[in-house]
Amino acid sequence: MIESLIPVLAGAIAAATPLIFAGLGELVAERTGVINLGVEGMMLTGAIAGFALAAETGYGAAAGLPAGALAGAATALIFAFFALSLAANQAACGLALTIFGIGLSAFIGQHYVSYSLPGLQPLVIPLLSDIPLLGPILFKQDAVVYLSFITFAVVAWTLARTRLGLLLKAVGESPESAHAIGYPVLGIRYGAVAFGGAMAGIAGAYLSTVYTPLWVQNMSAGRGWIAVALVVFATWKPLRLLLGAYLFGAVTILQFHAQGLGIDVPVQFLAALPYAATIVVLVVISRDRRLLQLNLPASLGKPFLP
Amino acid sequence: MHLLEPRAQPSQLMRWTAPLIAIVATLLAGSFLFWALDKSPLASFEVFFIQPLTSSYGWSELLIKACPLILIAQGLAIGFKARIYNIGAEGQLIIGALFGGGVAIHFDGSDSAWVIPAMVVAGALGGALWGALPALLKTRFNAEETLTTLMLTYVATFILSYMVNGPWRDPDGMNFPQSIMFGDNALFGILLEGSRVNTSIFITLFAVLAFWLFNARSFLSYQLEVGGQAPAASRYAGFSAKQTVWFSLVISGLTAGLAGVGEVAGPVGQLNLNISPGYGFAAIIVAYLGRLHALGIVLAGALMALIYLGGEAAQVSLQMPAAITGIFQGMLLFFLLGADAFIDNRLRKPL
Repeated sequence: MIESLIPVLAGAIAAATPLIFAGLGELVAERTGVINLGVEGMMLTGAIAGFALAAETGYGAAAGLPAGALAGAATALIFAFFALSLAANQAACGLALTIFGIGLSAFIGQHYVSYSLPGLQPLVIPLLSDIPLLGPILFKQDAVVYLSFITFAVVAWTLARTRLGLLLKAVGESPESAHAIGYPVLGIRYGAVAFGGAMAGIAGAYLSTVYTPLWVQNMSAGRGWIAVALVVFATWKPLRLLLGAYLFGAVTILQFHAQGLGIDVPVQFLAALPYAATIVVLVVISRDRRLLQLNLPASLGKPFLP
Repeated sequence: MHLLEPRAQPSQLMRWTAPLIAIVATLLAGSFLFWALDKSPLASFEVFFIQPLTSSYGWSELLIKACPLILIAQGLAIGFKARIYNIGAEGQLIIGALFGGGVAIHFDGSDSAWVIPAMVVAGALGGALWGALPALLKTRFNAEETLTTLMLTYVATFILSYMVNGPWRDPDGMNFPQSIMFGDNALFGILLEGSRVNTSIFITLFAVLAFWLFNARSFLSYQLEVGGQAPAASRYAGFSAKQTVWFSLVISGLTAGLAGVGEVAGPVGQLNLNISPGYGFAAIIVAYLGRLHALGIVLAGALMALIYLGGEAAQVSLQMPAAITGIFQGMLLFFLLGADAFIDNRLRKPL
């Protein structure tokens, strides 16, 4: 029984990987007080940029991931100009970015509709992959999955233990104080938003060059929005985000294993499960107002004009 | 990086010119885009914005596309005034279409004149229900309506997909995911011979009048606006925040549901996976571009309909993907928000 669950759990880890990248990026941006609802748009822009470069250069994901990161960061800067420099409504700017990104990616993607890419072979890590149970689940994955482990560790450590992390959090908690001490609040927020965009772009490029290595219009299918919801679910804490992402990874791939597990439900209901689950976790976490208030970055969503 | 400083008084002039500035900026950015794609900007704009309006058929198509956009945006504007951000009108439209379409399928072959009215009521109910769900989650569990309304849109598309692949699939439809074509008495009557313009425009017309009166005359509208602008003052005055949430989401769901019926009992004529080309999302832009004002929304809806028509024309004449519509929509919203920043702020004077 346990043996038969290994491929399911390994699949969940891979399915969670784009959520981890996009979620961590959004988490960092929100810790500095900026809520960017454009994750879906940045992800799709990253997906098509990554796919295009991977296909054109022939280097696959090795070219696709950096291209996705750059494209994601570039679109994030459009958002930043309007939401930060012009202090426009952040939620609406994020929505504009999503609409723009969906359109732009579909527009560029028109040329790549029938292409497919080779994808990535799993990279089996010696010794670690021999650990019973955990080994085959965690350490027989593709290289990008390992990159998500490293990214998580770096983000969690930076936020918790470094001066930069302290600065990011200070800007999110009290931009006025950070400004008064002489820190460039907008500069730091620009940086955090660009980082969020790069992470969303990597998430998208992972989808289009590794996870399902072909281009499909709107292929992120709401994962960007789920990543935004995960940040709330995680109450802005990286470790909880990681666990939440794996939970959603498991829910997402349930539809592919349902028949094998003897679950006989129409495929559309299983496909709708991640979105329904998002609503459920939002409800569960939001009903505890105190918990939410305690962790919410105090300036989240509020424009800063010194 | 700090470009702005607050104005002493919000600029009323900017409030009403911001949409025009946004449109001009979108056209400029669009010219750049066409130029970058090696197309002549002027010729492209001709195809995009002029050519669709050179025939009476084009004008009738404009009307067909503008009606659902205006209808949905009227409902959304109520919520936006109260800062209730329903961004899931697309899902409410789909559920409205499903409810209305269900009536049509159930009464297929009946020659009763009540089928269409029943579909309209069912669609309004369905949309309102799909709006009530996030209202319940917000008032009872404090869950953000932005994310819940959006997630429910995805859920709605899967319900639609299940229904047209399963119980309601046309048995003679060669396994395509679509229902039967609705009979004549389950379709709105054609108003203009030779066009697709139908009697559902009276629903939009009625909605515009109703919302105009509501905004101009009712105390409830005033309560909503105060609740959005000054929540503390609103609480002090005894206005209920929960009531605002319920009202905003149910009304905007209802109008979106009506728009859904208008599509399936109008130009689409059946249930399938392409009921709406993103009207629910585009209507958000329409509401803001129309300054959340009932008549402003009419103008904004017409412009947005033209962008849709232009996208279709560009697909045919310029061999461009129809996705260019989305690019224009995104740019328009960005520039509108940017221009809106100058209502409360002005450019900083150089030190």
